[in-house]
Amino acid sequence: MKIKIQRYGTDFEIKEYEVDLQDATLLAVLNEIKTTQDASLTYASGCKSSVCGSCSVRVNGKEVLACGYKVKEGDLIEALKNVPLIRDLVVDMDKALSFNAKAKAWQSFVSKDVSLSQDDEKRNELQSDCILCGSCYSACPVYTVNEEFLGPFSLTRVWKYVSDARENAPQEKIETIQTNGVWDCTLCNECTLVCPQNISSKADIEKLRSKSVIAGYSDPNFASFGGGFGFDGSPIF
Amino acid sequence: MKSDVLVIGAGGAGLVAALKAHEAGAKVRVLCKEYPTRSQTSMAQGGINAALANVSEDSVEAHVQNTLKSAHGIANEEAVRLLCESAPEAVAWLDSIGVCFSRTKDAKIAQRTLGGASAPRACYAQDYTGLKILHTLYDRCLACGVEILNERYLLDFITNTSQTQEVFVNGASVLNIRTGEVEIYESASVIVATGGYSRIYEKHSTNATGSTGDGIAAAVRGGARLSDMEFIQFHPTALKGSSILISESARGAGGYLLNSKGERFTNELAPRDEVARAINDEMQKGEEVFLDIRHLGEEFIDEELPQERKLAKLYENIDPVYELIPVKPVAHYTMGGIEVGIDSQTKVRGLYAVGECANHRVHGANRLGGNSLLELIVFGKQAGENAAKYSKNFKPGTDLTLQTTDLLAEIQEFTDEINFYEKREFIGNLFYEKVGITREGKGLESALEEVITIHKELALMGPKDKSKIYNTNLVEFIEFKNTLELAEIILTCAIKRAESRGAHFRSDNRVQNDELYKVHSIAYKEDNAYGVKYED
Repeated sequence: MKIKIQRYGTDFEIKEYEVDLQDATLLAVLNEIKTTQDASLTYASGCKSSVCGSCSVRVNGKEVLACGYKVKEGDLIEALKNVPLIRDLVVDMDKALSFNAKAKAWQSFVSKDVSLSQDDEKRNELQSDCILCGSCYSACPVYTVNEEFLGPFSLTRVWKYVSDARENAPQEKIETIQTNGVWDCTLCNECTLVCPQNISSKADIEKLRSKSVIAGYSDPNFASFGGGFGFDGSPIF
Repeated sequence: MKSDVLVIGAGGAGLVAALKAHEAGAKVRVLCKEYPTRSQTSMAQGGINAALANVSEDSVEAHVQNTLKSAHGIANEEAVRLLCESAPEAVAWLDSIGVCFSRTKDAKIAQRTLGGASAPRACYAQDYTGLKILHTLYDRCLACGVEILNERYLLDFITNTSQTQEVFVNGASVLNIRTGEVEIYESASVIVATGGYSRIYEKHSTNATGSTGDGIAAAVRGGARLSDMEFIQFHPTALKGSSILISESARGAGGYLLNSKGERFTNELAPRDEVARAINDEMQKGEEVFLDIRHLGEEFIDEELPQERKLAKLYENIDPVYELIPVKPVAHYTMGGIEVGIDSQTKVRGLYAVGECANHRVHGANRLGGNSLLELIVFGKQAGENAAKYSKNFKPGTDLTLQTTDLLAEIQEFTDEINFYEKREFIGNLFYEKVGITREGKGLESALEEVITIHKELALMGPKDKSKIYNTNLVEFIEFKNTLELAEIILTCAIKRAESRGAHFRSDNRVQNDELYKVHSIAYKEDNAYGVKYED
């Protein structure tokens, strides 16, 4: 089987490799290439079981975990987008991850003895499955126009805490995400389509928007155009 | 660049230690080989033990007794008591910072039974317990502003000798993987939390690729001692083709182990050493072994074991709701590690160790499921607080040298005539076969010879890739070098212990011999050579 890998280092070139593996994950193929053909091929990996979030790459333009994707003939493998490229398939996640801190994606206070029901726990069970692989961040089109967008995984994380019965200052979190936050999202749903954990950041952002409106905030894009509707009754964006 | 407390490793143990040292007022810096949320802790599935009695009757004493029994006589009862008594508080703390534990109908933290436990004691978050604890700890560190530097790979600890001839730590040298430069981080105290060494078994391990014992190898090079290195836990149920873990909670919930004839052959909820041996015995007879959870039903599996279903589908092409899961035991957890006192300090002053890389003598010869996540929290807190206290009183007195050996320059001279990846695979297979679930004196001795031969050839290997920027070939070579150093120690300890105890099972000495071997093996470095001796 032949696959193509976009290399980046001393050269920027697409290199083709041939491996003799059947029904193999992309990570197994990358390991085979590195250990037997080309020791300079550079990628990240960890748990090999889709829970550490190290090995996210793009295959034919779509974000996947290398350990969770079965390779097909002719696949083109590239690094994630929207993040600085370090070498081959390895990117620098520092800035992307820094949005968790900017979005204050944590529980505001240590809160003892708050009793959570099964329903309370279910409310953000899915969001707490996030593995921070960065697939959603790479797929997000907003970064081409706003590099400071807090981004899908950080906003999902904010929802995780805002929706938690133990969070006793949710308003402060809602305030934080008004700038470069929920209103910058285009609701295109690309993040949802690539999430290996089936999380929908788009849906979480919509829930955060509702909370924002209830808290008295409004869509600044809407407001800047005076808001309201066109002559034919359709909304103006 | 100075800090009071330098934490190396940012899995559960490292992050708890960092938080607690920070709370104690220390200037903390965390260095991490990858990124914190990529650590081995993310893979822990089953749960964290605490005798909360939320589901049925339980007691701290029962937790203590279960742990001691599984340890086969070589746990320190004082440390085990500290662990079990602190457990309810540890879980309450995790709950207070936002960990999404599964809940019971009456709004308590849900608990389930794991092997060797007399009650449902493991608090869990579906089968993502480690993931959710790790991510919450990471968020907490961000909330507290703890400094974390990613992709810094430990090379060596920097030590000095005091006027009273005591060796003390003063920092660490690390490879900045991104730039290829060696960086020196000076610190009054250092906490090593770098994880275990199960990756010696290469593909025969459930562990992430990074579990190569880097901190343990650096610690023994730096003057610390290691203990009980021969005790390596094999998890009974990894997926047969890929060695990916299927949590013990699948058996805790009522899953069966079956052979090819469809017969049950063992108590599925015995401690892991016993279950792994029972499976191994069946396989030796030519049987295949399967985990059967079909009778638990789709709804239960999707609610309590969603990750197991996903992993079995992806890596074994089977759906456990309808089909049997083919399994085999593989290396999962290393009980041995850096010797520490009950205060988490090593023989090197100011150097603390915590988590899987440390040996707090709470697991003895065989760890119970649910006790390792617990260990991270209880001893992580203690290591962080003790290191902070130590650093406040630290007065070096003399001028410190920050000299390190130039490992990278040395490696540049290596000739790359032999592909080290082939040797790495060879050692993995050798260890699985000869240093595995059952061991035998002659096999261990021949394995030691093989390891020594390969070690001598190290200068004929080396990285092929000479790039400075993000050279994973180089990092993997240094990891391999570390595992080779540990492999010799493990084998020496395993040869010396001519008895069977917990996870160390000798087919040529099948009985536990308390008269001779109810002791800890201690490995140390002296005059550039490793030695092994026994101590109580």
